[in-house]
Amino acid sequence: MTTTDITLSAVEDGETKALTPGEIFRQRIFGHKGFLLGAGLILLIVLVAIFAPLLAPHDPYAQSLSSRMLPPVWDDAGTWDHLLGTDQNGRDYLSRLIYGTRVSITIGIGAATVGLFIGVTLGVIAGYFGGWLDHAISFLLTAQLALPGLLLAMALVFIIGPSIWVVIGIVGVLHWTYYLVVTRAATQRIRSQDFIAAAAASGASSRQIIWHEILPNLLSSIIVIFTFELGIAILAESSLSFLGVGIQPPTPSWGLMIAEGKQAMFYRPWLVILPGICLFLLVIGANLMGDGLRDITSPEGRNG
Amino acid sequence: MSTLLDIRNLSISLKLPDGTLHAVRDVSLSLDRGQSLGIVGESGSGKSLSALALMRLLPRGAECRPTRMAFDGQDLPAMPDAAFAHEIAGPRIGMIFQEPMTSLNPVYTIGRQMTEAAVARGMLSGSQARKKAIDLLDRVGIPDPAGRMSQYPHQMSGGQRQRVMIAMTLMLDPDLLIADEPTTALDVTVQAQILDLLDGLRRERQMGMILISHDLAVVAERTDHVAVMYAGEVIEQGAAAAVLRAPAHPYTQSLLQAIPTMGADPARLGAIPGTVPSLMHPPTGCIFAPRCGYRRPDCTSARPPVQQAGAVHDYRCVLSDPPTARPPAQPLAGHGVAGGEPVIAASHVTQLFQSRKGLFGPKREIRALDDVSLALRRGETLALIGESGSGKSTLARIMLGLALPTSGEVTMLGRPVAELTGTERASFVQPVFQDPYSSLNPRRRLAEIIARPLVLRGEGDSVSRARSVEQAMDLVRLPKRLLHTYPSQLSGGQRQRVAIARALVTRPEALVCDEPTSALDVSVQAQILNLLDELRAEMGLTCLFITHDMAVVHQIADRVAVMYQGRIVEEGNARDVLSRPANDYTQRLLAAAPRFDAMPEMEAAR
Repeated sequence: MTTTDITLSAVEDGETKALTPGEIFRQRIFGHKGFLLGAGLILLIVLVAIFAPLLAPHDPYAQSLSSRMLPPVWDDAGTWDHLLGTDQNGRDYLSRLIYGTRVSITIGIGAATVGLFIGVTLGVIAGYFGGWLDHAISFLLTAQLALPGLLLAMALVFIIGPSIWVVIGIVGVLHWTYYLVVTRAATQRIRSQDFIAAAAASGASSRQIIWHEILPNLLSSIIVIFTFELGIAILAESSLSFLGVGIQPPTPSWGLMIAEGKQAMFYRPWLVILPGICLFLLVIGANLMGDGLRDITSPEGRNG
Repeated sequence: MSTLLDIRNLSISLKLPDGTLHAVRDVSLSLDRGQSLGIVGESGSGKSLSALALMRLLPRGAECRPTRMAFDGQDLPAMPDAAFAHEIAGPRIGMIFQEPMTSLNPVYTIGRQMTEAAVARGMLSGSQARKKAIDLLDRVGIPDPAGRMSQYPHQMSGGQRQRVMIAMTLMLDPDLLIADEPTTALDVTVQAQILDLLDGLRRERQMGMILISHDLAVVAERTDHVAVMYAGEVIEQGAAAAVLRAPAHPYTQSLLQAIPTMGADPARLGAIPGTVPSLMHPPTGCIFAPRCGYRRPDCTSARPPVQQAGAVHDYRCVLSDPPTARPPAQPLAGHGVAGGEPVIAASHVTQLFQSRKGLFGPKREIRALDDVSLALRRGETLALIGESGSGKSTLARIMLGLALPTSGEVTMLGRPVAELTGTERASFVQPVFQDPYSSLNPRRRLAEIIARPLVLRGEGDSVSRARSVEQAMDLVRLPKRLLHTYPSQLSGGQRQRVAIARALVTRPEALVCDEPTSALDVSVQAQILNLLDELRAEMGLTCLFITHDMAVVHQIADRVAVMYQGRIVEEGNARDVLSRPANDYTQRLLAAAPRFDAMPEMEAAR
């Protein structure tokens, strides 16, 4: 308490060279190695997804039965033509991995966004209005948490029929609980603050209070959960594809590639290891970025 | 009498992301056995840090450099941490903290928490410790002490918990007791009891005591010696009577003029211009020079010398004779207006709160307001006083129209408040809240915050709104360069001005102020109270002012209503109620309020 008071007055009297909030923010970003690494990884993967046609050396769908299961270039039998070798159907593995980023990124962002809308809407409603609405939504949350997620997703995809949009929808619909828990608690805390009462006393409606006063204060926690959910959704898609109910062949998806490679896992381990590494990098990148965002946007600046 | 504590040239610096904060500089304090020392200062003056340094409780990254820190002849900095924790912290020096609600562990019984330290140190056996704990609980005035031993902290009130804390520190019979704002979180009547208790215990056990407080009245009443701290330095110290009755340093003088007193007719309070300097780069000269009315060129060139004002009274200033000329008292601008017709009236209002333990638990009912009738008249300032939990904030919310009472009726300008729309209510009355840190949206700039009521009413375009915002900022004396800053960049006083500017931007006729100054330092409180007085004169504001501070009531109110346990127990003209309280509770409240009247020459100057 004592120290913050002093620093505040340090900023306001202006005679000393205090850092502006922008400068402090920049300092925090560039001083946070985890965030830089995570954001760098995510940026790289997004760029690869966007420029996949330019980067891929081969058509990811072109089969060549004469060059099936070629090993990567560092193996004795590898060739420079297929840097990371080929799969069971003789398709270039590097090109398929590059195109696979598109599926992973689309599903990650799409599913995390679907979850965001469901979770934040319910969370804000439960936290703001309370009462029986809160009870009902909390019951919904308990019910959702009691369901075995992956099993339910499998069943749903199987019934509706697999496609990338169905996978996005179902993974998203099943991953809103974290948003709900966090936004509900944060909304309850913000709601009891005096600036909400001040807005109400100025004649603001509940809708105006939620949009103008509450949501801006939830923004940083929503961004952080989004990056975490991104990683979780990508893993969920991989699991579904691995189990055969996610993305359908011949679309290149990392999860599907692991599933297809597992038959030959013992004598061609690269077929499983390579997409596994890609998946690992994407998820760790998303998590590092989320951790970093939390540190950077939190007022006290944990790693300031 | 022997010296118990001797601290010389203590400096504390804290490493922050953007530099080093020199929080305490060159502080020397000493205390004799059985004596009490008061440390007073506004927030950020370093008074708590100095005490924490003594107990080795400084935050991580803090650096503490005294030239000497001796307790009972023992050199403290030379002691290893383990020996210090075993021999000094607890058995020799005890400490009581500000927040009784958080300083006890909620999962252990009172008995366990009280006996733990003595038993673990091997000072007492389990049964001896228990017996001693019961005796001490009895001594600090806890009824049924033996039964309380098996209770948990949540079963006690705030005042009782603070008593338990005191009893707990006394378990180890310390020679020095440090009380860091021990009564700030408590009601006035409880505050008086706790301070009496501490006083009695000190005399009875010949303990030394350090009382840290922002409240000069409390310190003046309870201590032998006083050190006044400002921005990390002790700028004046000496015998309590000398320092607080005849202050020598310009800062202490202005601070005393900023405190509303109960004695004379209310006059404009003396506000200190400017803000506390940055402690990142402390000035080479006098720390108070930028805000001082007696500033001379040599103030800023070198640190002023220590001057003697009396036998046990010294101060740090370039003036060898303490300044005696005091600014003439200015009358209040808006005081003493007779109230007109009632504008907001509550009649027979009752508010019940129901809560349930769990989904199927039994219903509990709390009667927050019990058949309350109160009218706010046009042009007057009505003070609503009472202790925490008396229902005054609930009544304020109902009179604002933010909540509907369980039964009873509230009318605003003659119409039932339930029939008015939000914007109709908003154009007549606006609130100002207690905590300036929670009353502004941290994610919005000042310009947006102040303009928001206009946007909600759909009034004007962006140009006219910007003009209204600037006018409102002028009204509350906020500089325009702050328009595009966020609340986190402002001090508490500035934030409260923003809250008032937001309340005034739609030109309402009435304000409901819920303890608007109780979270602020006295010098800032003086600025806000003066501002409210000026606004009354300029705009003819009607004001409902909720407070627990009797001196503030005396300063601003025309009429007073006293609340106790959800009822209004006394209502009347401010002067009559304060000088001749009819109700028993009002009398107790007034008797308990720490007074700070007798300053003969200052009163004469007014």
